[in-house]
Amino acid sequence: MSLDFEPRPGAAPVPRMVLAQTVMETRLLMRNGEQLLLALVIPLLLLVAGTEATRIVDLGPGRPIDIVTPGVLALAILSSSFTSLAIATGFERRYGVIKRLGSTPLPRWGLLVGKIGSVLLVQAAQLVILVLVALWLGWEPDGGAAAYAWMVVLALLGTAAFAALALLLAGTLRAEATLAVANLVYVLLLVGGAVLVPLSRYPDAAQTFLSVLPTGALSEGMRTVFEGSAPPVSSIVVLVVWAGVAAAATARTFKWE
Amino acid sequence: MNSLAVEVAGLVMRYGDTTAVDGLSLTVETGTVTAVLGPNGAGKTTTVETCEGYRRPQAGTVRVLGLDPVRDAARLRPRVGVMLQSGGAWSAAYPHEMLRYVSRLYADPLDVDSLIERLGLGGVGRTPYRRLSGGQQQRLALATALVGRPELVFLDEPTAGLDPQARRSTWELVDELRASGVTVVLTTHFMDEAERLADWVHVIDHGRLIASGSPKHLTSEGAENTIRLSAPAGIDTAGLVTALPAGSQVVEQSPGVYLVSGTVDPALLQGVTAWFATQGVLLDAIAVRRRTLEDVFLDLTGRELRS
Repeated sequence: MSLDFEPRPGAAPVPRMVLAQTVMETRLLMRNGEQLLLALVIPLLLLVAGTEATRIVDLGPGRPIDIVTPGVLALAILSSSFTSLAIATGFERRYGVIKRLGSTPLPRWGLLVGKIGSVLLVQAAQLVILVLVALWLGWEPDGGAAAYAWMVVLALLGTAAFAALALLLAGTLRAEATLAVANLVYVLLLVGGAVLVPLSRYPDAAQTFLSVLPTGALSEGMRTVFEGSAPPVSSIVVLVVWAGVAAAATARTFKWE
Repeated sequence: MNSLAVEVAGLVMRYGDTTAVDGLSLTVETGTVTAVLGPNGAGKTTTVETCEGYRRPQAGTVRVLGLDPVRDAARLRPRVGVMLQSGGAWSAAYPHEMLRYVSRLYADPLDVDSLIERLGLGGVGRTPYRRLSGGQQQRLALATALVGRPELVFLDEPTAGLDPQARRSTWELVDELRASGVTVVLTTHFMDEAERLADWVHVIDHGRLIASGSPKHLTSEGAENTIRLSAPAGIDTAGLVTALPAGSQVVEQSPGVYLVSGTVDPALLQGVTAWFATQGVLLDAIAVRRRTLEDVFLDLTGRELRS
């Protein structure tokens, strides 16, 4: 049972380290029941409820499922790239995981790439499942393959913006505060962030404000592409600006311990 | 090749108004086990974490394997194993999963299954980290420090919270590391641990180095070993002294308890027992007491409790 401790130091190749990090983060994310609830159960419930939605809120002209589905896709992206990521990262800081990994050969940017990689993996699963269920429920998107390609582009832009905001939050607040804020923001945006209810159904005064929120921009983009058009330039600009500003702020403020 | 694995010179570290490390200088020889011993709050962890590259020296210099731990971090990290005082694992991760993950960050890691077995973590299986006992968490932290086959490891209080068996098993592991040529730096406030494990001990207090040497050197320097004996109260101590080699002293510490000091060797012991035989007095107990590192430590750092 004797182990040979003779030193043979060396770092693994960077792609292997980043892959290991991505796999580990994904495993932990999938094990977390609360995060799965946010990532899949709530969006699925909203999708089903959406088919009956006109009885509750006036979504405007058109079939409810066609209006609700793009919003649910946007919500799924918000849940995994903002809420889940913020909470997980907050507790990693609290439990010294990030500190500990700081003394391994894994570079810090590798840690971030691994995190984003696991978010994208989870998101891919979310989007596939939600799209299939929506189609089964009678969703009739326009735009064909191009619309799905735009969906992926918007998902990546949205993830960049939300993930940067998540890390900004998790890197400065205590873990409990991050948990509270991340969940609160999720609920507020779900209800009043122009995610499910189209922007055009909000009062004029609110529309300008909501259209510059990352959720408003992402949802409007999703709705537009599944109506068969290219996404509005404003959506793309808003997401890029949020991603840039939040990433710059995160780079300045993030505390690894 | 540099024979010094760690060189700390004139290190100063402050937190607000508190000076945690106050002009500390110490070295660690390659291939040795070196203990950094001191009471809580002495500056041990701050010093070690500066060597690990977590903190930038506010004054002074730190060199680890000849490199700057902050500037040359990318080159150092693969070569140095780190065991933090607490935490460092995802609360939902299983021990085996955690160790396998960390092993994938290194080029030529140890076999994960063997390491798990060696540290007695084979039985915990699918228990998430947060439900492990404190001792199991400590052992997992030790395993993650070793899995990358480092040439130098920093172990911050490696046996805190371990039961006596696990503590002994960790000691044996440290012996194996030394035998394999790994340089080990460990902090501890257990005197017996430093005495048992270390080739070299640095005693620090209030952020300063107050003594340094091999355990043997530290315990013998200026040490008066004693023979302690129990016998009826009120014996003729002056008479006993005259029967002993010159330079010996005898005091009745409390009624019936006597301390004989001087050059404690077999001749002195024989002198004591022979004198009692001539007096026809039976000793109740007799013991040779060596000065321990604990005595040294308490002499150096004071015997009052720290707040």
